[in-house]
Amino acid sequence: MRRTLGAIVALLAASILIFLALQVLPGNAASAVLGRNASPRAVRILERQMHLDQPLATRYVHWLGGFVHGDLGDSSVALAQGATHAPISHLISGPLKNSLILAAITAMLMIPLSLGLGVLAAVRAGKPTDHLISLSSLAGISMPEFVIASLLVAVFFVALRWLPPVAIVPPGGDPLSAPKELVLPVATLLLASLAGGIRMVRAGMVEVLQTEYVQAARLNGLPERRVLWRYALRNGLAPSVQVLAQNLQYLIGGIFVVEAVFGYPGIGSTLVEAVGNRDATLVQSVAMLIAVAYVLINLVADFLVLLLVPKLREPA
Amino acid sequence: MESPVVRVDHLALALNTGEPVIDDISFQIAPGEILGVVGESGSGKSTLALALLGYTRPGVAFRAGTIAVGGESVIGRDTRSLRELRGKVVSYVPQDPGGALNPSMRVGDAILDVLRAHRPQASGDESLTAALARVELHRDRGFDRRYPHQLSGGQQQRVTIAMATVCEPPVAVLDEPTTGLDVLTQDRVLAELLRLRADEHVAMVYVSHDLAVVARMADRILVMYAGRVLEAGPTSTVLEHPQHPYTRALVSAIPDVRQPRALRGIGGVSVGVGDWPPGCPFAPRCEHAQPRCESSLPSLEATAGHHDVRCCRWQELALEQAQETSARTQFGVPSGAALLEVSRLEARYQSQQDDRPAVRDVSFAIEPGECVALVGESGSGKSTIARCIAGLHVPSAGTITFDGRPVKGAARVRPLDVRRRIQIVFQNPYQSLNPRQRVHSSIERPLRILRRLSQDAARHEVDGLLERVRLPARLAERFPGELSGGERQRVAIARALAAKPDLLVCDEVTSALDVSVQAAVLELLQELRVDLHLSMLFITHNLGVVACIADSVLVMDNGSVCETGPVNAVLNAPANDYTRRLLNAAPSLSHERSPVDHPAGLKVTAPVRPL
Amino acid sequence: MKERLRFLRRPSGAIGAAILLFIVAVAVLGPLVAPHSPTQPLGVPLSGPSGASPLGTDYLGRDVLSRLLYGGRSVLGLAAAATILAYVLGLSIGLVAGYTRSLVDPMLMRSVDVMLCFPPLLFLLVLIAGAGSSVAVLIIGVALVQAPQVSRIVRTATLEVSVRGYVEAAVARGERAPAVLVREVLPNILGPVLVDAGLRFTYSILIIASVNFLGLGLQPPNSDWALMIGENRSYLAVNPWAVLAPAAMIAILTIGVNLTGDAVARSLGRSYVPRTVRSVAT
Repeated sequence: MRRTLGAIVALLAASILIFLALQVLPGNAASAVLGRNASPRAVRILERQMHLDQPLATRYVHWLGGFVHGDLGDSSVALAQGATHAPISHLISGPLKNSLILAAITAMLMIPLSLGLGVLAAVRAGKPTDHLISLSSLAGISMPEFVIASLLVAVFFVALRWLPPVAIVPPGGDPLSAPKELVLPVATLLLASLAGGIRMVRAGMVEVLQTEYVQAARLNGLPERRVLWRYALRNGLAPSVQVLAQNLQYLIGGIFVVEAVFGYPGIGSTLVEAVGNRDATLVQSVAMLIAVAYVLINLVADFLVLLLVPKLREPA
Repeated sequence: MESPVVRVDHLALALNTGEPVIDDISFQIAPGEILGVVGESGSGKSTLALALLGYTRPGVAFRAGTIAVGGESVIGRDTRSLRELRGKVVSYVPQDPGGALNPSMRVGDAILDVLRAHRPQASGDESLTAALARVELHRDRGFDRRYPHQLSGGQQQRVTIAMATVCEPPVAVLDEPTTGLDVLTQDRVLAELLRLRADEHVAMVYVSHDLAVVARMADRILVMYAGRVLEAGPTSTVLEHPQHPYTRALVSAIPDVRQPRALRGIGGVSVGVGDWPPGCPFAPRCEHAQPRCESSLPSLEATAGHHDVRCCRWQELALEQAQETSARTQFGVPSGAALLEVSRLEARYQSQQDDRPAVRDVSFAIEPGECVALVGESGSGKSTIARCIAGLHVPSAGTITFDGRPVKGAARVRPLDVRRRIQIVFQNPYQSLNPRQRVHSSIERPLRILRRLSQDAARHEVDGLLERVRLPARLAERFPGELSGGERQRVAIARALAAKPDLLVCDEVTSALDVSVQAAVLELLQELRVDLHLSMLFITHNLGVVACIADSVLVMDNGSVCETGPVNAVLNAPANDYTRRLLNAAPSLSHERSPVDHPAGLKVTAPVRPL
Repeated sequence: MKERLRFLRRPSGAIGAAILLFIVAVAVLGPLVAPHSPTQPLGVPLSGPSGASPLGTDYLGRDVLSRLLYGGRSVLGLAAAATILAYVLGLSIGLVAGYTRSLVDPMLMRSVDVMLCFPPLLFLLVLIAGAGSSVAVLIIGVALVQAPQVSRIVRTATLEVSVRGYVEAAVARGERAPAVLVREVLPNILGPVLVDAGLRFTYSILIIASVNFLGLGLQPPNSDWALMIGENRSYLAVNPWAVLAPAAMIAILTIGVNLTGDAVARSLGRSYVPRTVRSVAT
């Protein structure tokens, strides 16, 4: 319960941070959207449409209130282009769905692979299997997504012509209808986040395998399989849950670049575009949305950990 | 003797790089017999204990000899066949029960795991009830459903004992099983173990550094030093007529509440793996050593009646007088103005959930030159009091008066001379000194801050201080990491002395040290007390130490004082029930051993000798 | 000193250090040996490798090799500055929080927790959207992103060290908090805190590179490696070197840092893995 409260408070603080970052930092929001050559009159009109004439606090409350109800405000760029009403929620529903699909597919592959390879490396610590896994994951965490993407494209498109270099889905279209296009984006995202996950799961498991109770179990003559499953893994699972949560967050972070590289119309590329256009309201709401997702992942992970670790259920 | 349940012949283990860890160990254990293995750090006793289960630490391997447990050979088995022995033929009770239990498993299930591993057909239910009943953790009170963190330290240890006996193995190996427990709990667990031996006829290998505990438990003793057996024999013979200089020195180094005397430490440092000297391993520290001791290793010779000793001079030395015990020094305590007065002290901790403070309504005084001991179990509040006096903890009520003037709680706001005249030495020698600073730097600090000496003057005094604590001057340039525990503790004392204090607060300063080193440090403190006319506030949980060095004592329980008075009076004729229980439970070499110890109402059979 | 160089005995450590030296040399000395100007077009855009231009030309006709040699300084310099700033911030906050242990501690930690609510890249993008893309924004932004995690680690280490005998001895002498922190606490927490400095440095590189790649960081005609990849990626099929060469450079840099960091950590007996920010209190 306390955690949920803490999460909400943190989100509130985050929203303030986002809001301030966009509205207060140098560079008038409206003129940023319109560019340097905009006429003062156009700027003033846009200002009024963006409610920039109202005091800071009012704007904040207005935005946050709307957000909680699902109204994410209007895109500044669209307003500048003459539209009277350009609800962000409509603008991003399609891209949001696309991103969720991409993330979901990758997560479904990443979670079992991280757990499996991480545990394998820990159990075979010091042996060649472990060296192989550890070194490749070390290389994996070193490379930014766009480098991985470029290398994959170079191999699978330029050299082999097997897979397309972009994953452009027409607006309103279904990304699952062209699975070949999804392969490289998923692969990139997967490779980028898998490496970190494997290393952290491995580290957690190695620690558990070295605990006294695992050694005591062995000294009591328990079969190795039982020791591994019930004594080691069961206790290594709780920290692994947190590791995986952190990794999911990392995955979300990687979406921006991957979508941009492959031209995939998801929420990440929408955001990148909006930043380029200095579309303050759009950036604001999308950022908030992602923050909410981020915090939710943490909450779910904490809840799972409570289930797994009996000791934490008692008051300290 | 019936066929021995454990038989070890010339066992030797060594590191993969060649350095020996234990060498030439031979012994036998009869069914139902308890063998005590005694040694300090580096003696190899834990390695020996684990070897009986076929286990060696990574990097260590069997080099020679045989181990037979229950008729089965242990060495040379692969892991799979070892598993059949472990828990069924030979079981293990670890030192730290909290760490040895699976935190996510109910203790009943954990015990069943061991049972099912070896007796798949056995009725789990019955055996579990029996195993738990044996250690007095009855199932009908729900103990089997509890998680380890819901049990106290003593209960956790009883669970591990239940796990070790559920398959009724003929022998159990116990590696310092009561070291982490309170004295009262230790007493109960030891009684438990003795009863188990009587009822189930389980043989035991009891490994410990605590000679007094081993004295109570074991039928035979093996004294180990630097990986070798120096003396072996029936407990009473070895303790009453020790033949080896090391054993004799150990016996006289142990503070015994029933035989208070001046303690004599053993100089030098204990020997670690890879540092074995040629010849007798104890020769460098032995006061009876001769050149031939250092050149050739003596072999194990039989003296009388199954009593073996490894010393080339044992016959000569046996003719000398048995170790004389000198009486401890008694100080005339001049009555007059008390140096320190504590009145109705109360202290709390910030995150205290319940309302009870750590220290409640404590009052006492220390006269100049007096040594006052604060004794109690962990959680009794004794350390908190020490910290309040040293200025590390602000009391919530009460007053502290030093030299007639009241002092504030936090050291920061106390006047300079008060900060200088009260000094504290901490328990853990491995954390007392800043690892990034050389020894002289640590000692110079109080000289510069509290006595306002210049850099040069300070550096100059360091050598004198090191000499005062009997450390060679060359240690001044070393880093703490290069020093042993005993040496570090002496440096900490030197640092405290640098300020020229009037009151020295010693917070369990010897609890983390080997017995021989402990005695040496206590010896040093006594000497300093006389030479410098220091007053001391000595915090400890060990009544034996109190008997040997303190003038008056305060017995603490749960934050309040149960009893106070001169050491003589309190230890000989305790008025308070808690004090009596502590006295009864205190391990002692002269504790009369009975076949079955009763946990409650144990009588003190040997009277405490008057000081 | 010899103790500190122990990590070189591991093959991973030696290789890592060698790679690192190579890359740093390229980045720092590159501009001195570059054959052509990084900004002036040399010849036909996207032509393949030739005598004058061993890696070909990019989409504007500039020599890829020269741009490569000029392009390392920006990412190394920015990332280094950001990481150092992150540690300065993290140390300050963490030390105070861990040492005072009063109300200040939870307050500081809660406020630091806010930064953990979103992906680092997102924060940077938001910052850029509001304040534009400049070197200062990049450095401060990345530092702000990393500081919370550093402060957590510093706080934990400080809590642990503060209760040790030598620190309490200093307190009992009446020394003031700043003196105790600097003399007794700080030198003894640097070990555990800096163990994953390599990872943090890599992380800074990755974030800054990603932002540059997206065109939202350093702007053309800067020859930053990531920017090069971003500019030329549509033409991967025409002159792959314009993309692969800088990609390889970035990859080699980060792999070198991590190999070295891992070897150093292991020779100290620690693990080179980002500690979970919210750890289970088992």
